[in-house]
Amino acid sequence: MTNKTEAQDIVLRLNGITKTFGDLIANDAISFDLRRGEVIALLGENGAGKTTLMNILFGHYTADAGTIEAFGTALPAGATGAALKAGLGMVHQHFALVNNLTVQDNIVLGTAPLWSLGIGRKAARTRIKQLSDDFGLSVDPNAKVGSLSVGERQRVEILKALYRDARILILDEPTAVLTPQESDALFDTLQKAVQLGLSVIFISHKLHEVMAISDRVIVLRHGKIVGQASTSDTSAHDLAELMVGQEIVKPVPSDASPGETLFSMHGVFAHPKGQRTGVRNINLDLRAGQILGLAGVSGNGQGVLADLLSGQTVPDRGDMRLGGQGVSSWSPRAALAADIGRIPEDRHTTGSIAEFSLTENVILERYRDPEISKAGWMRWSAAESLAKDVIDRFDVRCPGPDARIRLLSGGNMQKLILGRALEGGPRIILANQPVRGLDIGAVTYVQNRLIAARDAGAAILLISEDLDEILSLADVIRVMSDGRLSPEFARGSITPIELGKWMAGEGFDHAA
Amino acid sequence: MDIVDILLSASFWAAAVRIASPLIFATMGELICERAGILNLGIEGIMVIGAFAGWMTVYMGFGLWSGVCVAMASGMLFGLLHGTLTVPFGLSQHVVGLGITLLATSSAYYIYRLALPAVSSPPRIVPFKPFEIPVLSQIPIFGQAIFNQTPLTYLAFGVVVITAFVLYRTPLGLALRSAGDNPAAVEAQGLSVTALRMGAVIVGSGLMAVGGAFLTMSAFDSFFFEMVNGRGWICIALVVFGAWRPGKALLGALLFAAFDALQIRLQQTELGALVPYQVFLMIPYVLSILALILMSRRAEVPAALMIPYNRGER
Amino acid sequence: MRLEPVANPSIARSLGFPAAALLLSVVVASGLVLLAGANPFATLGLILKGAVGSKFAALETLNRATPLIFTGLAVAVAFRAKLWNIGAEAQFYIGALMTVVFGTSALGLPGPQPLVVMGFAAIVGGAVMLLGPVILKTRFGVDEVVTTLLLNFIVLLFISLLLEGPLKDPMGMGWPKSPRLDPDARLPRIVTGLRLHWGFALALICAGAVWVIEKRTTLGYEIRAVGQNPRAARFAGIPVNFVLVKTALLSGGLAALAGFSEVAGLKGSLTLDLSPGFGYTGIIVAMLALLHPVGVVVSAIFVAGIFVGADSMSRAANVPTYIADILLATALLLMVFAILLTRYRIVKG
Repeated sequence: MTNKTEAQDIVLRLNGITKTFGDLIANDAISFDLRRGEVIALLGENGAGKTTLMNILFGHYTADAGTIEAFGTALPAGATGAALKAGLGMVHQHFALVNNLTVQDNIVLGTAPLWSLGIGRKAARTRIKQLSDDFGLSVDPNAKVGSLSVGERQRVEILKALYRDARILILDEPTAVLTPQESDALFDTLQKAVQLGLSVIFISHKLHEVMAISDRVIVLRHGKIVGQASTSDTSAHDLAELMVGQEIVKPVPSDASPGETLFSMHGVFAHPKGQRTGVRNINLDLRAGQILGLAGVSGNGQGVLADLLSGQTVPDRGDMRLGGQGVSSWSPRAALAADIGRIPEDRHTTGSIAEFSLTENVILERYRDPEISKAGWMRWSAAESLAKDVIDRFDVRCPGPDARIRLLSGGNMQKLILGRALEGGPRIILANQPVRGLDIGAVTYVQNRLIAARDAGAAILLISEDLDEILSLADVIRVMSDGRLSPEFARGSITPIELGKWMAGEGFDHAA
Repeated sequence: MDIVDILLSASFWAAAVRIASPLIFATMGELICERAGILNLGIEGIMVIGAFAGWMTVYMGFGLWSGVCVAMASGMLFGLLHGTLTVPFGLSQHVVGLGITLLATSSAYYIYRLALPAVSSPPRIVPFKPFEIPVLSQIPIFGQAIFNQTPLTYLAFGVVVITAFVLYRTPLGLALRSAGDNPAAVEAQGLSVTALRMGAVIVGSGLMAVGGAFLTMSAFDSFFFEMVNGRGWICIALVVFGAWRPGKALLGALLFAAFDALQIRLQQTELGALVPYQVFLMIPYVLSILALILMSRRAEVPAALMIPYNRGER
Repeated sequence: MRLEPVANPSIARSLGFPAAALLLSVVVASGLVLLAGANPFATLGLILKGAVGSKFAALETLNRATPLIFTGLAVAVAFRAKLWNIGAEAQFYIGALMTVVFGTSALGLPGPQPLVVMGFAAIVGGAVMLLGPVILKTRFGVDEVVTTLLLNFIVLLFISLLLEGPLKDPMGMGWPKSPRLDPDARLPRIVTGLRLHWGFALALICAGAVWVIEKRTTLGYEIRAVGQNPRAARFAGIPVNFVLVKTALLSGGLAALAGFSEVAGLKGSLTLDLSPGFGYTGIIVAMLALLHPVGVVVSAIFVAGIFVGADSMSRAANVPTYIADILLATALLLMVFAILLTRYRIVKG
């Protein structure tokens, strides 16, 4: 950095960025430089502070201390517009797109002065076409964003940044939602960008990607930079230890000894209102003592399948059987009565009630059980002892059963939901994205509990977008694409690339 | 006189357009708010304050257009209050809206009583006069209905055109609609959701107030209590009926006003002698509910309507 | 500017901000009193005197508070479930109507029926009144705010139709007014000689009952769950729509009891001006009480006191009675803001 030419090469400089939320130090004096044409990987577990840092960079949050310089000029704090103008472009983890608008309108949103009298759609279209060609980002500018696949939406996000002449691209966990093949296409796009002189910050917790794409790696842990190195000088193993702070012990399930089929679907079709994709001709067996891992890009019908199992929706056609018995009337309560433990996809919106206490959340599924209420009267003391029991047995760190659940960290909230689902020793378990967004400690905990439940004889349906999770936990793997289900693959008998092909919808014609 | 005669009379259609005018202003105002994501239940009270402020200004000796401006300003003031509470602070749009309606209504009544403590019959002003547009007004039936109205009615139609143009043909409109669908996307593009929504609520409230002012300055010539009489709520139904689109909402307002004009005339027919007049008076409200039932499943509701946006919330 | 949640709000915070909200609304109203050329302190004194200055005044306040307790409870119960019942006014009138129908023989029914039947009929009427909008909400997704609001106008016209038709009092000298209830069909006074009827006691009992329902029963738990997060409630197996229906029956029934109590306890007959907006004021009462059923009693008495006091004040001073409405509307708006401040801190950046 002492060299003068190198100093001129610096496009972005973060200096001592610090941000606290209450007692939590999300970012602690973070400083680094990004050079022209460089790809930096920002590596860290969930909760390490990566996303907070990017939100500060983009003015969504204001840092408590520290400065940011882009191309030699200081960025004002808390001003998204200034960051964009300075040439920063962000591809958000949760896409910031308007579903009701076309691709083109999403891209031009906020680029022209608000008070101008026209949108200039024609010129915009030409430019979008040009950028699509240059960067290999094909997408129909007239399509409504709501009708696009996840991969296409990500391309729109990237085009949004490029349309604004972004010189620095920041991608937050961009591959989390992609098939391996789509990820490769994304890497190609990033290569093109770098060749054209752009710089990239790539946020991830996936080591193999980081090794593949970056020039330099910065590792964050508990809000601090704990190490940085040129990618060529380091190894995935070293990075993993830096990231977690200890040797990682990944849960490894022993081989399963599957028993009888506890739940099955036969030729099930379902397409509930308001869902983009339904499920078609589903044949599925959940066997005792087995984890069935369901892979797939989100939005391909996994949600509907989960809703079917959890009692949220009923099949339009086909039948479902519980231990050989046909299911007649099906509802969340029927599912609970059938001993199905359910971990919903989103712990905030479906899994818990933020303003309710832990006790009130624990009894949500079983407040009508005779021990919790009798003839319409609540037995709060019994409810509270149940809550205490779950808190103890599932290691929920909290001020007590009376605390509002919104005050808990994501990991502890998920442990409570896990406890609620597993506490009665269910025979069938739906685990929909059970570890999404959790830190490594909580991930290991949740996964170990699921394995333990399997060993105790439960049949588990594990739905995840994370292929690594599926590959390591599931005894048998199936892939969902456009509402269809692939055949079963035993663990170890299929590679990620092959799974990716299924995820992209290849192979279904022979299979069906 | 039977229905066919009524439907063929120019005076019927003129009345329909006249009845529609205040609804058009207020419906556009509400539509702008809702497109940006804010349900403005202050509409009823804001129409009252607009009706009062416009009339009072003229009564005090100022010109009619000054009255319109003052009415608009009074609406914008309450819009500012509504926006401040619901946008940056994200308070319940239901409760705040109703609170604004109560506050605006009682403020209008209070000042009215204060200014005119002892009037038995409400004092009058000289209202807007119809302005006949040459040539166009000679078109049979509709010429008189549309082109022989007061300037405020022409302004109402102008507001629809401008609203539609801004919403669909300008960057501002794109940003407003986005703020009502996915505010995070707007913020990510460097625009301020707070500013957009505040602006929408303030301008929208201003239009609602002008709708109210139409009642005292064009349809009638004095201010009396209860004169808005649920028109604001009807406008909220009209926004849904119009599927949040200015053109369709305009059509809805005209259709609705035609039914209203029709029921007034039907009261004078033999049918009117048989059926109590209250049944006719119920028609607008019943129609509004029917419109809601008919349209609510079909329309694309702004996805973020009634959902506060808190920047950087944790 | 950003809102930061306060993890464990202190008592000072929880009570201080609401108190400040009330105080500030009085200040705002005082400003308007100044505008009227009157002395705010004197005016406030007159309001206070008119509300509780004598035994007669205090009883008048409690009488006025009675329907407000009912409508306040109705709103509080519904708002807990985020069921926006703005139609308490309509439910009030239906309750009053049922009371008259069953309390007289006006419609040819063998009347008068016992008070219990009248009260029950009122509850059923009010409950059904809210059932419609709730079914429209759950079946068709129609926003209940607008439908309940519009129904207020429809019901008032319907009542007017009846009062000029089949329910018209032959002795009413042309005035739209129903026949008077039979003296046996009236709610008796709590203490002979004191102008306070059993409707007030019934209101207190209802407040207690609602409190028990919310705290101790599965229904109360369900209502809160549905109000806080219907998605999570549905996922957990709570029948959300059925809970909304039950809430509606409870809320509509409570609002209708206000009409029953006004007719059977106070006025004796149904007129078009039976309610000076009790249904709408119920919203203020409920919000000032932070939706707490016991709080509703307190805030109903407070609100009633303001109205009664303002009435008597305006006769003495030249300040229009609408000052009471302004004061309460301001208090409502400031109160929702104060509730926010008890739970969130406003921080820069």
